[in-house]
Order: sequence, then C-alpha cells, then structure tokens
Amino acid sequence: MKNRLKVLRAEKEMTQAQLAEETGVSRQTINAIEKGKFDPSLPLAFKISRLFGLPIEEIFEDES
Amino acid sequence: MKNNKLTARNKRKSINLALWTAAWVLTIALVSFGYKFCYQSPVISIITISVNLLIGIGMIIANMKYLNGLDELQRKISLEAMGITLGVTLVVGLGYSMLDTTNVISNDAEISYLVIVMGLTYIVATVINNIKYK
Repeated sequence: MKNRLKVLRAEKEMTQAQLAEETGVSRQTINAIEKGKFDPSLPLAFKISRLFGLPIEEIFEDES
Repeated sequence: MKNNKLTARNKRKSINLALWTAAWVLTIALVSFGYKFCYQSPVISIITISVNLLIGIGMIIANMKYLNGLDELQRKISLEAMGITLGVTLVVGLGYSMLDTTNVISNDAEISYLVIVMGLTYIVATVINNIKYK
C-alpha cells in the first residue's frame, strides 16, 4: 500500500519518533509504513488520519 | 509521551517474562538434579514436577501478555518468528525422531536438542524479520 506519510510528516515538520509517540507505536513501525514494507491496522490508520486531519484515503492508497 | 509508555510497558513485560522463564528453568534443574543428587523419592518428584508445570503455565501467560503489549509491527515480527519456529521444530523434530527409530543414529533422540533448535530458529527468524522491516 502506497502512502503520503513522509510528505505529510515533513509538512508538519515532524520526526518519525514524534509521529510514533503521537500514535503510540515504535519508530520502527512508522519507518516500515513509510517505506511501504508494512501496512498499518485500521485503528492505527484512523489515528494517523485524525492526527493529520485528512481522510484515510488521502493518506493511504491501495495499489491492487 | 505515549511512546515512552510503550517502551516502559514493553520493558516491564519483558522483565516479567524473563523472571517467569528463569523460574521455570530453575524448576527444571530442581526436578533433574534434585532427583539425581538429593532425593530419589517419586512423591517429591511429583511435587517438583507439579510446581514446574504451574510455573510453566505462568510463563505462557507472561509470554501472551508480552506479545499483547507489543506494537503491531513488533507483534507481527514475533508471531512470524514463532510460526517459522513451529514449522522448523515439527519438520526437524520428526526427522530427528525417524533417524532414531530407523537406527540411523546410535543414540536416543534427545528432546533437549530440539529445544536448542527451537531457540536458535526463533532468534535467527526474529533477527531476519527485524532486518526485513527496518
């Protein structure tokens, strides 16, 4: 799954560690999501969407 | 500081799991060496084995709590490593047992070798998964 997490994080001048802290996961998890190696669960995707004030489909894009 | 909470929770649950595991290993030593060097009483053996089983249940519960305390990627890494370990143990264990039953090896198949294979497989699988998701 593609995502705009890195861009959105850069716009908010947020580090991976800060985003991890805000969403209650490890920095490794945020890094893996950004690189497209790991797809987040729905609750985590909702947390991220609330944090950036955007709907989930504007952050994550289904590649299939 | 949610992430600090996550780290602190993981640390607490890791320590809890380590303590239960250490206690379980100690009771195994107590059962084995106690029988060999201190007592030859079946009654005491039943008691120590019962204690070992109870502590083993505690260790399993501590492991479940540890897994539930991990974040979703860490949990995925651990569960994948456990799945690989289960498969390797089944395949290697049965292969090893067949070597014994067909008298290809002269010694009896020892379960302790299987435990070593399990431990090493879990460690290697966890390291590989951590690199994969880095």
